[in-house]
Amino acid sequence: MTDFLNSGFRKTDLNSDANMEQNVETTVLGADEIIINMGPQHPSTHGVLRVKLKLDGEKVVDSECIIGYLHRGVEKIAEHRTYQQFAPYVDRMDYVAAVSNGLGYCEAIEKLLGVEAPPRARVIRTILTELQRIASHLVWLGTHALDIGALTPIFYCFREREEILKIFEKYCGARLTTHAFRIGGLQYEAYDELEKDTERFCNDFEHKVDEYETLLTSNRIWLGRTKGIGVISGEQAIAIGATGPVIRASGIQWDIRKAAPYAAYDQYKFDIPTGKNGDTYDRYMVRMEEMRQSTRICLQAIQNIPTGPIMARVGKVLKPPPGEVYHAIEAPKGELGYYVVSDGTTQPYRVRIRPPSFVNLQAFDTMVKGHLVADVVAIIGTLDIVLGEVDR
Amino acid sequence: MLQELYEFFKPHLLPLLYAAVIVLVLPLLAGYVVLLERKVMADMQARLGPMRVGPHGLLQPIADALKLLIKEDIIPESSDKWIFWMAPLLSVTAGMLAMAALPFGPVFQIAELNVGLLFILGISSMGIFGIVLGGWASNSHYSLLGAMRSSAQLVSYETAAGMAVVSAVILGGTLSTRGLVEIQAQKHVWFFFLAPIGFFLYLVASIAETNRAPFDMPEAESELVAGYMTEYSGFRWALYFLAEYTNMIVVASLATILFFGGWLRPFPNVHALNFLDYLPMLLMLLVAGYSLYRAPKQPVAIQKMVMAAVAGLCFLLAVALALPQFAPAGTLLASMKPGLHGAFWFLLKVGIYLYTFLWLRFTLPRYRFDQLMKLGWHFLIPVSIVNVFGVGITVYLSRSTDEGGMGWSVAAAVALTSVVTLLAAAWLAKKGEHEPAPPATPESV
Repeated sequence: MTDFLNSGFRKTDLNSDANMEQNVETTVLGADEIIINMGPQHPSTHGVLRVKLKLDGEKVVDSECIIGYLHRGVEKIAEHRTYQQFAPYVDRMDYVAAVSNGLGYCEAIEKLLGVEAPPRARVIRTILTELQRIASHLVWLGTHALDIGALTPIFYCFREREEILKIFEKYCGARLTTHAFRIGGLQYEAYDELEKDTERFCNDFEHKVDEYETLLTSNRIWLGRTKGIGVISGEQAIAIGATGPVIRASGIQWDIRKAAPYAAYDQYKFDIPTGKNGDTYDRYMVRMEEMRQSTRICLQAIQNIPTGPIMARVGKVLKPPPGEVYHAIEAPKGELGYYVVSDGTTQPYRVRIRPPSFVNLQAFDTMVKGHLVADVVAIIGTLDIVLGEVDR
Repeated sequence: MLQELYEFFKPHLLPLLYAAVIVLVLPLLAGYVVLLERKVMADMQARLGPMRVGPHGLLQPIADALKLLIKEDIIPESSDKWIFWMAPLLSVTAGMLAMAALPFGPVFQIAELNVGLLFILGISSMGIFGIVLGGWASNSHYSLLGAMRSSAQLVSYETAAGMAVVSAVILGGTLSTRGLVEIQAQKHVWFFFLAPIGFFLYLVASIAETNRAPFDMPEAESELVAGYMTEYSGFRWALYFLAEYTNMIVVASLATILFFGGWLRPFPNVHALNFLDYLPMLLMLLVAGYSLYRAPKQPVAIQKMVMAAVAGLCFLLAVALALPQFAPAGTLLASMKPGLHGAFWFLLKVGIYLYTFLWLRFTLPRYRFDQLMKLGWHFLIPVSIVNVFGVGITVYLSRSTDEGGMGWSVAAAVALTSVVTLLAAAWLAKKGEHEPAPPATPESV
């Protein structure tokens, strides 16, 4: 065991502060900088993120994210499962947006197989994925507001999220890790009242978003806590590969639903909200607007769900031809990509997943420098990370 | 010998009795304030709150207290044990001592001091030692940060709160808590109407002083886990909790005395409103009736019994409030009326003040520490100084009127000085605002 640790596999021993302590300097007032560990057990690191902070008083001088506490080897597991068997595993990555994960995986394998899901399946997939985007953003809004100290919005958010989960439950029997889609289409036909439920939810939800906004958007304290906090410019965001609301809030209009449409997104009209300053407030505004746009897509989609089969002709045993494919979708948190290599057998040779949270988390160090401890939790919240996805 | 001893203690018997009542009842009261808080929070968050222990969670505070009592008592190995042990006691003692000078009615007061206000302010600030020492003795970074924040916060807001208190003292001309209420009775007006801005300054400063949201920096759970009490558990932790709620009750009582006429009924001298005297008993009767109505609907037999007991208790209180009201004048019973009714009005006003605390807590996000300091030093303290001048001018302008109450000239003077103070506040707020970033607008494709 010690051999392993000393073998140079790890460049730094993560469990000691030696690395940072070498650089501890004496500050103006003659007090030493202190190093505190936030997480992995901390109320607002959204799971098991560990952040090592070097503080001068309350000011963050240096920071280091330490991840891997939730690593389950999802990509390795894929190499020992058939293509269908691996599908439920992807739901466990971003567990607040399981439907989106499943969509990305199914479409990647369909691309590899050279089949396409029937139009009816694609529309139903779009509806469920957009509902999932709303649900994911609601979890983000509730926890983000809670981190900044607003205790109440989370209960309102979860009240609405519950309605979405009920729709999922009616559709496929599961609420959280749904495994809603299959490679080639859908396993289940849409239940009779899917359109009605979705319509009712979407119509109610527009007022609910307004309700959240009355609590937060023009609240002086909220403005003070989010404006100018965690700023990242468009160039910086592109340089680190950030995607999703993080890059859109910095003014870059990048949305895969428009750039490379998948499912049925090319049929619907919707806007890509962008911000200007790339701060926490802009990311908040972008996500709020995205929720409205998602209801808009859902309402368009239920107007005209094509009839026909829900499953393309794929065999019971999937043997894609040897080759490789990269397919990305716009998950609630950003670009979720699957790079799948097939060697012609029933099991993938390699599955590499590009999780948006993992890439967006790189922005953390840039964002947090020079801010206070209180802003650290605001920035973790605004990045909207899910550690299941970061660590896989 | 015995006779002498009795003679010596005789004047102190009643205060001792009152002190015993406060020490025994206060923890229970604090527990029920917590229950109230949880219920109000649940109501605002579209859920039920505690429902399991007792009907509607009415026995929850007792269950919580029992649980905390029998928990393992952990003192961290690397802590400074004596200080760690002593710090929560300091906080609680300070809070309880401050109660000594509070008049909970014309009769119920442990010690009538001619500098009661000064005593309360001084003693309740001592509670900060418990927090700072506890945070330091825990030998943990989070605790230390919490303690540092707390001390800085209290020092900053004590000044603003003190200035707000001064505005009431100028109006009353006395530092005696009882005297302040009596002067409000004589003048036929609550000081809230003479110094409204003073009251709002006190409201903000008192929330900050008691470390409540949106100023709950020292224990901001999303940042500092639990701030200065991170390392505390079991009954020691409960003592900190008790201290916090005691402090809340103290500042609420102080606000009631300074600005809302203490134990006085609304409009105590207007005979046309004498029917308000029946309000306390009617209110209690109403609560009793509702509890009785809910009793058979409880799911378990024991909960039915507890609910019926609550109804009985409220009914007894109603009777206790009603008897002196209907007793013929001059009897012993009738002489108890000011005390009983005074206590009722006092507690009602304290309750309403506490409710605003809870309301703000569940509505507003938390300030950041530097913003809190800025608000304190750059806004509240200057405004409170202007306010003191304003109140002084009000007193000067209205000194010649013999109208006593809210004469037109007094009202005009109050309005004038308030407007001037508000203008000063607006100017300060404008000046303090840093360059706001241009608003983010979602752009369509």
